[in-house]
Amino acid sequence: MTNALRLSLKAISKSYGNLRANDKIDLDIKPGSIHAVLGENGAGKSTLMKLIFGLLQPDEGRIFLDGTEVRWQSPEHARAAGIAMVFQHFALFESLSVAENVWLGMDKSWSLAAVAEALKELTQHYGLSVDPNAFVHRLSVGERQRVEIARGLLARPRVMILDEPTSVLSPQAAQALFAMIRTLAKEGCSVIYISHKLHEIRELCDDCTVLRHGKVTGQVDPRQCNDEQLSALMIGSAPAPLLRAPRALSSPIVRLDAVSVPALDEAGERLNTVSLDLAPGEVLGIAGVSGNGQGLLLDLLSGELTSDAALMRRMKGHIFFENRAIESLGVRMRRRLGIMAVPAERLGRATVPELSLADNMFLAESKHAWRLDHQSLYRSAHDVVDAFAVKASSPKALASDLSGGNLQKFIMGRALALRPKVLLVSQPTWGVDVGASAQIRQQLLALRDSGAAILVISEELDELFQIADRIHVMYAGYLSAPVKRADATVELIGQWMGGSWLSHEHAAQAESATLQYEG
Amino acid sequence: MIVLEKRQHPSLWMGYLSPLLSIALTFVVAAMVVSAMGKDPLRVLSLFTLEPLNGKRAIGEVMLKATPLILCSLGLAFCFRSNVWNIGAEGQFLLGAIGAGGMAMWLTETGLTEPGWLWVTQALLLGALAGAAWAAITAWLRDRAHANEILVSLMLVYVANLLLSYLVFGPWKDPKGWNFPQTLRFADSLSIGRLGAGMRVHWGFVVALISAGAMVWLMYFTALGARLRVGGLAPGAARFAGFSSRESLWTVLLCSGAFAGLAGAMEVLGPMGQLTPHVSTGYGFTAIIVAFVARLHPLACVLASFLLSIMMIGGELAQSRVGLPASVSSMFQGVLLMMLLTFDSLIQYRIKWRGRPSKELAKHA
Repeated sequence: MTNALRLSLKAISKSYGNLRANDKIDLDIKPGSIHAVLGENGAGKSTLMKLIFGLLQPDEGRIFLDGTEVRWQSPEHARAAGIAMVFQHFALFESLSVAENVWLGMDKSWSLAAVAEALKELTQHYGLSVDPNAFVHRLSVGERQRVEIARGLLARPRVMILDEPTSVLSPQAAQALFAMIRTLAKEGCSVIYISHKLHEIRELCDDCTVLRHGKVTGQVDPRQCNDEQLSALMIGSAPAPLLRAPRALSSPIVRLDAVSVPALDEAGERLNTVSLDLAPGEVLGIAGVSGNGQGLLLDLLSGELTSDAALMRRMKGHIFFENRAIESLGVRMRRRLGIMAVPAERLGRATVPELSLADNMFLAESKHAWRLDHQSLYRSAHDVVDAFAVKASSPKALASDLSGGNLQKFIMGRALALRPKVLLVSQPTWGVDVGASAQIRQQLLALRDSGAAILVISEELDELFQIADRIHVMYAGYLSAPVKRADATVELIGQWMGGSWLSHEHAAQAESATLQYEG
Repeated sequence: MIVLEKRQHPSLWMGYLSPLLSIALTFVVAAMVVSAMGKDPLRVLSLFTLEPLNGKRAIGEVMLKATPLILCSLGLAFCFRSNVWNIGAEGQFLLGAIGAGGMAMWLTETGLTEPGWLWVTQALLLGALAGAAWAAITAWLRDRAHANEILVSLMLVYVANLLLSYLVFGPWKDPKGWNFPQTLRFADSLSIGRLGAGMRVHWGFVVALISAGAMVWLMYFTALGARLRVGGLAPGAARFAGFSSRESLWTVLLCSGAFAGLAGAMEVLGPMGQLTPHVSTGYGFTAIIVAFVARLHPLACVLASFLLSIMMIGGELAQSRVGLPASVSSMFQGVLLMMLLTFDSLIQYRIKWRGRPSKELAKHA
């Protein structure tokens, strides 16, 4: 049976410290099949692909290519064996031509002319339409992607992996891509298609493996399944909300009024007339795949972007705190008002990895005049470590020594110790183990019950269903209307994450924003 | 083939070994080069290490040369720690010399030479101010126009050099100086007090040591220093904390310019006693090497200044006693910096031997 499979992964496991990114994963890819790998962010898809591509070694498990066991030490091995991968982020030199870029990555036996010839043949055969002599800086995003695909195809791969390829394409370009993929599959190459877009997978793929929290939750034929079944495998059923005190309605403490920030380039995040209300004593959740504007929203609210004059000039709309417009206030002023942010990047933004926990308290405190009070920092760090059960040897431990979960507990504790009126959190439990995640969510609820207003941006629907009172969805810079937790279902939110709620004109705008950059 | 692989944790050992290994290997390279030139390597090495410390007067010379290095490197370490790459300390040094020298010249001409210590202090402060003003140009251009401070500060060095040449060849030239490009000699009272009879080293050395202490206090015991250190270690974290990058840019550049300017002023009011085109023997650039050898720590800057001072004097001795060319000194400084950067990379990375992919693939075929 194994001999009939192009690529077979058996009981593959990979851990990063405490985090089990891949847990005994079986993946069977038939020859000539277009096989989807479906899962939310954090499900383990990219780790799995890195294992297939040779960037990482599995801790356990075996990989078989056409029946023979293989163990690749590096991507060069994998490529030589016939695995090609097209990444989401392209590795192209803008000042060189297409042929030169591809030629640089080939081994020395290819001449530039041979590469250009081969590219011409490829583009005709697969309908890729890429001019080998064009300079990359003139190409649109879709065309650059085609260059990357051509680069992969030159090696005549047996397995081609595409990582979220349509995230940068307009619908028309996506159709052209699908045509190419079907041709490729007919010739016997297997295609692994990574995506979270259900309609695409059902249109294109004949096989699908669904990942959740590092495990395989199912292997199905997507053409036989509907959206609910696929969602259920991908997201699971909605968990019950955690216990919380009943919430009394009060007027919002933070209001965004039609805030728009146009992007500078096609890949940049943008905000399109975002309006929201955040009231004290509530947790407002923002769902959505990363990159749809959530990061920009958090940075704008925290005050970190106020010093970017060009961006502030582009910004339209207002941010109100207690009915006062605060767009022009910086981080320090907003903290004095009681607004505190906990960003998603723990090392390098929320903390300095090379400094101790005590020194890292300095990033959130505002007490020091001109003298640095080391004792006071030490004591505050000690208090946080105690109160939030942070596993650290002492407040003198470096931030980089702590595990992800403990560091996040420390960062949360540091923010909560300031007793903020408004807490803005992004990905509060990303990469954090189950126990610490539960603790962090309890802390957020406790803060909510004490009357603070909390904004939680999270890719994990589970989390939002557990702790949010109302949920918005963000897509292409647009913010959906809020849904009360009681009225929200996984299917609804899952669909909204794909942008189905956008009115026709907005949807057209969102598409045309990508169309501009598509030739 | 040899591959550099990132370590899980930076190596503590290499952090300490790197400067020591670099110094040791620099001497090895020096010995090899020197013997290739037909000179006795051991003699040259002793000229570079032992001779400069031979006797009270010699040690005084080492301290004298270390003084501007300490001051300049303190300022540069301050800048580099904040990711502001001030390469123009040499220019700021020259402006300090011009400022103090100009004032001393005017005082001497107008006869306002007493009390000496008061005028000297004022001239030194003027020199510091001039250096800071020169650095302010770089800060302003980076602040307003996002100009790269490496390029601007470096180019301003050439401007400063030309300014000094213009002054000593032109309006400030001593009419009684037989047409040599130099100003008149400043009045005797307008020189910094010596630390001992027959020695050239002066109170500026003490000021330099005190400055090192002040830097330690500033960097590790003030909130400003903490903000600057965070800004250098993780700019994203500094933004998150609301620290102003503008504040750090101006603070470190003005401070560094002032230190370099003060060093230049001390050179002119100390051993030189007049302004000439050769006021600096590249102190501003050597100080960059000092700052890196010291791993940007203020107290280590003092030690590294002594090391480089000894190397500079050793170079001069090697020239005069053994006939090595003048560039030998800068060559060894360059080798030292290169070795240091190479060994420093081993703190974050380790060397591994990996077989070639085609060979390994054959195993799997």
